[in-house]
Amino acid sequence: MGAPLIGARIQRKEDYRFLTGAGQYTDDVTIQRQTHAVFVRSPHAHAKIRSIRKDKALKAPGVIAVFTGEDLAAAKVGGLPCGWLITDVAGQPMKEPPHPCLAQGKARYVGDHVAVVIAETLDEASDAAELVEVDYEVLAAVADASMARAKGAPQLHDVAPDNTCYVWALGDKAATDAAFAKAAHVTKLEFVNNRLIPNAIEPRAAIGLYSRAEDAYTLYVSNQNPHVERLLMAAFVLGLPEHKLRVVAPDVGGGFGSKIYLYAEDVVVTWASKQVNRPVKWTAERSESFVSDAHGRDHHTIAELAMDKDGKFLALRVKTTANMGAYLSTFASAIPTILYATLLAGQYTTPAIHVEVTAVFTNTAPVDAYRGAGRPEATYVVERLVETAAREMKLDPAEIRRRNFIKQFPYQTPVALLYDIGDYEATMAAAIKLADVAGFPQRRKEAEARGKLRGLGYAAYIEACGIAPSAVAGALGARAGLFEAGEIRVHPTGSVTVFTGSHSHGQGHETTFAQVVADRFGLPIESVDIVHGDTSKVLFGMGTYGSRSLAVGGTAIVKAMDKIIAKGKKIAAHLLEAAEGDIEYDRGVFKVAGTDKQKMFGEVAFAAYVPHNYPHDKLEPGLNENAFYDPSNFTFPAGTYVCEVEIDRETGTTKVVNFTAVDDFGKIVNPMIVEGQVHGGITQGIGQALTEGCRYDATGQLTTGSFMDYCIPRADDVPSYKVDTRETACTHNPLGVKGCGEAGAIGAPAALMNAITDALGIKDLPMPATPQTVWKALQSKKAA
Amino acid sequence: MHAFNYHRPSNVNDAAAQAVKVEAKVLAGGQSLVQAMKLRLAAPTDIVDIGMIKDLAGIKVDAKSVSIGAMTRHAEVAGSAEVQKAIPALAALAGMIGDRQVRNMGTLGGALANNDPAADYPAAVLGLGATITTTKGTHAADKFFKGLYETALKPGEIITSVSFPIPKRAAYMKFKNQASRFAIVGVFVADTGAGVRVAVTGAAPCVLRLAEMEKALGAKFAPESVANLKVKADGLNSDLHASAEYRAHLITVMAKRAVEAAMK
Amino acid sequence: MAIRVSMKVNGKAVSVEVEARTLLVTFIRENLRLTGTHVGCDTAQCGACTVHMNGKAVKSCSILAMQAEGAEILTIEGLAKADGTLHAMQAAFKENHGLQCGFCTPGMVMNAVDFAKRHPNASELQVRESLEGNLCRCTGYHNIVKSIVAGSKAMAAGK
Repeated sequence: MGAPLIGARIQRKEDYRFLTGAGQYTDDVTIQRQTHAVFVRSPHAHAKIRSIRKDKALKAPGVIAVFTGEDLAAAKVGGLPCGWLITDVAGQPMKEPPHPCLAQGKARYVGDHVAVVIAETLDEASDAAELVEVDYEVLAAVADASMARAKGAPQLHDVAPDNTCYVWALGDKAATDAAFAKAAHVTKLEFVNNRLIPNAIEPRAAIGLYSRAEDAYTLYVSNQNPHVERLLMAAFVLGLPEHKLRVVAPDVGGGFGSKIYLYAEDVVVTWASKQVNRPVKWTAERSESFVSDAHGRDHHTIAELAMDKDGKFLALRVKTTANMGAYLSTFASAIPTILYATLLAGQYTTPAIHVEVTAVFTNTAPVDAYRGAGRPEATYVVERLVETAAREMKLDPAEIRRRNFIKQFPYQTPVALLYDIGDYEATMAAAIKLADVAGFPQRRKEAEARGKLRGLGYAAYIEACGIAPSAVAGALGARAGLFEAGEIRVHPTGSVTVFTGSHSHGQGHETTFAQVVADRFGLPIESVDIVHGDTSKVLFGMGTYGSRSLAVGGTAIVKAMDKIIAKGKKIAAHLLEAAEGDIEYDRGVFKVAGTDKQKMFGEVAFAAYVPHNYPHDKLEPGLNENAFYDPSNFTFPAGTYVCEVEIDRETGTTKVVNFTAVDDFGKIVNPMIVEGQVHGGITQGIGQALTEGCRYDATGQLTTGSFMDYCIPRADDVPSYKVDTRETACTHNPLGVKGCGEAGAIGAPAALMNAITDALGIKDLPMPATPQTVWKALQSKKAA
Repeated sequence: MHAFNYHRPSNVNDAAAQAVKVEAKVLAGGQSLVQAMKLRLAAPTDIVDIGMIKDLAGIKVDAKSVSIGAMTRHAEVAGSAEVQKAIPALAALAGMIGDRQVRNMGTLGGALANNDPAADYPAAVLGLGATITTTKGTHAADKFFKGLYETALKPGEIITSVSFPIPKRAAYMKFKNQASRFAIVGVFVADTGAGVRVAVTGAAPCVLRLAEMEKALGAKFAPESVANLKVKADGLNSDLHASAEYRAHLITVMAKRAVEAAMK
Repeated sequence: MAIRVSMKVNGKAVSVEVEARTLLVTFIRENLRLTGTHVGCDTAQCGACTVHMNGKAVKSCSILAMQAEGAEILTIEGLAKADGTLHAMQAAFKENHGLQCGFCTPGMVMNAVDFAKRHPNASELQVRESLEGNLCRCTGYHNIVKSIVAGSKAMAAGK
């Protein structure tokens, strides 16, 4: 029995292959006789497709086939489904326009898939794609969500009048209005939560492969949830029985939400592989990723906070317009509702909350979950309001939070969630200390002497992770379960292979999950391997998103381990000639209570596979168990972030000089990995606040369509971070874990914008706070 | 990338002859050209790769000037002890182009022939009043940069070297586009001994000089001489990163900072 | 137009006939099947394609294979010792959790090795500036910077 592994900074098992170039990402996979697909994409945001002529392309060297929407329709290939049904304020289902894999009749955003060319080589496919002649009738377009419902706005879908997908609401409107009526002070903000482009560094890729011999398909795809991809594609799009489709998501180079979804390209290469009877490979160029990956955020919000004279929150009223893009992506409808509105209580006891969300279609790429998914938007609403309220009421921003923190758990919020546990005051106190907030006035003075404006801002975020209790999700409109599956295969000599439905695309599951298993089984970590990402190996899975892997996927593994141990106890009891009830188990040792008689984990495993002396009348041989786990509640990671910025008055450049994060993620298995997740999340949050602003012009052209114009943070844009954790263990999963993947991206934007507005002495500023934006704000302030 | 005919001449005269074709392009380091071809924004029929021509690269310094071969990589200029000593501003500018990897490939000649409106080298060439030597003769900096991606080079004319006069003092200040890291505004200020030159890149369709600032700095080479000189926004670039007004403002700020740096 | 191109990759001479428009990264990945060198963008910003050409870090997505005629190329696959022992910089990335999804990692490491050779005692700020040509979306750079500082020291110490 080795040292405990839970809580240890174990170096990652997966690193060697990544560090030596031995990773196998989808584009690294080459299959004999593979062909290459290039998509012809709409250059227009909104256009009727009058005709498509393939003949020139078909005659080009190396071209094997050209397919259009008509071909898919003739073959009865379905459209892409949306996995979450939102019911609107009138009790009507949301509007779900068809989402064809190749455009039919109309293109609705720049980058919309119009045709696909399949050729022997990538160059030949690219050359021929230029020869596909599409006759477009360009239509007026609308890209700005706030304009989508305006009178006379271009209409995208016949089934969605006024470009409206739904108007949805949550909370007690009457109670909220009543509280506002008696408020001593109301703080109001109106802002845009800027649209972002996820930009995982590995572009999306897919290889479809059809076997006539087996009448079955294999799809290699850069994806976060291969079983969900299979379910959606087989059942809803291609009409295949699931056992005829194997989905493999090998090494995946980052996801951040953008690789959760079933995309048109995945369907097309899979379907086409049968048509051309050869493997079909597609890898996105970055410029394709910009126009065709699902984008994130894009809310326009008016938010008001009502308080009594002491700054005690009485009510919150929020109205949001959310941009869905041109079509509903896989989970698009749930993001500004279920994952946003329910988080608006934040860490506070605000008794009455009402939120109304209007989701609209525009001539832009589909919008869906991106790291944080709804929760960064909610945190931004609450934490910008709270900080602004503190300033308006001349209260210390920490003090106003303290006065309103939830202190009793469990706590039922007015927006549907039941927080199980937390200690927000202690977390904030730790952050204040670590950030040396006491020393800030001095630092600000020093900065002034150097001609710099220095500001400090807080954000006390909360998120709901561990998605999700299936029954709750189902009641809210989910069309899938949200459990997770795991399998433990103990080998005869006692080593272990674990199969998980979670998917690692940077999170380090091969290490964290192995730590959990090796610790419980008393094995060296080298004796445990984790397998994920292949529907033909893993029993089932819902995948990785919403910081759910350890809380849900890890728990499924724990449940499977419980079964292994229960069976092991029976085997050990037999071997030790003791009663089963007398066997105690601790980290790989089965012991007869009160004696020194014991069997090691490996001995029990061996007995299970070489069952010479074995209780055959009671037990099957072998040691292999699986488990499904459906959580009973969400988990609620929470934390306080403190950000300090310095602004160059002359140029408007903002530099993040200090960033402190104290998070409560419950129990932590590998602090090194958790810190890495926080660093990465904060950096994406800094990106949202400072550098990343997806822009479409009035005609629907994406003007930030490459890294030349869309800035994801570089190493010299961000500081080193101060991070720490506090622990209140989650009450309803056996590991006591909550999830850590999204926190940084959720908390950072509000902290940063609170710091910037503090430095500038202004109420609000749009994100991203680029140098030009800050400079303009300084100019207007000077003029005022 | 579209297909093309590839040529690898061993001397500059052959290169010039091959490059004379209408749709031919000279490939130096390729850090702009290969990008443009990859995105199918450029589709030359012929590529004349001058990368293997030996005598096109190298740095020579004498008492009055620094002469740099056209195929000299940015990293070599940035890292040259001789350049750092003779014209530190030039070495520093070369060290600000693109990123480390780009600087290991990109060349002086390529950058000048391309004349990207946001490129750094044109600011140094114009700011120092350098002389550009080509296969057909020489060009004074003031007559070389003609407009957006336009130079005085004729088809088949290839830059072979550039001679930079050594100034009394000089500095380059660059305000970078956060995303591309090209200059939103880059200001090169040189006190040549025979007057002051101020060249600005990134702000307009082509690198330009600022006569008013030159005059003010000629009278007194000090930050305060330019700190309050407002630059007109007319004719300056405007894009989603920086309006013409913001660029105009940044020119003044960067010029002031360049003067401060030059005086250090 | 197909032309023969010859170079040394990871110490081994290779000579292949390819189309003139073949990028060095395509040559490495598709012709040589060395898939550790990645492509993450099409505007030369992400640096995932970084390899060494004649001892210097370059972006293989911005170079024609033809331009590497006669060159010595080192890719991530050629960095560790023949027995599989990690190079000091690779080891530093592992020890400091300098990678998550691993996609940008080969480019990061190749750039870092070249940088460390030239700047053995670089400060954190210099390291951050040296990464101007490499994008990572996972780590927030915090641990990459730590890795490179540590790896540089280890390289200088001859490890």
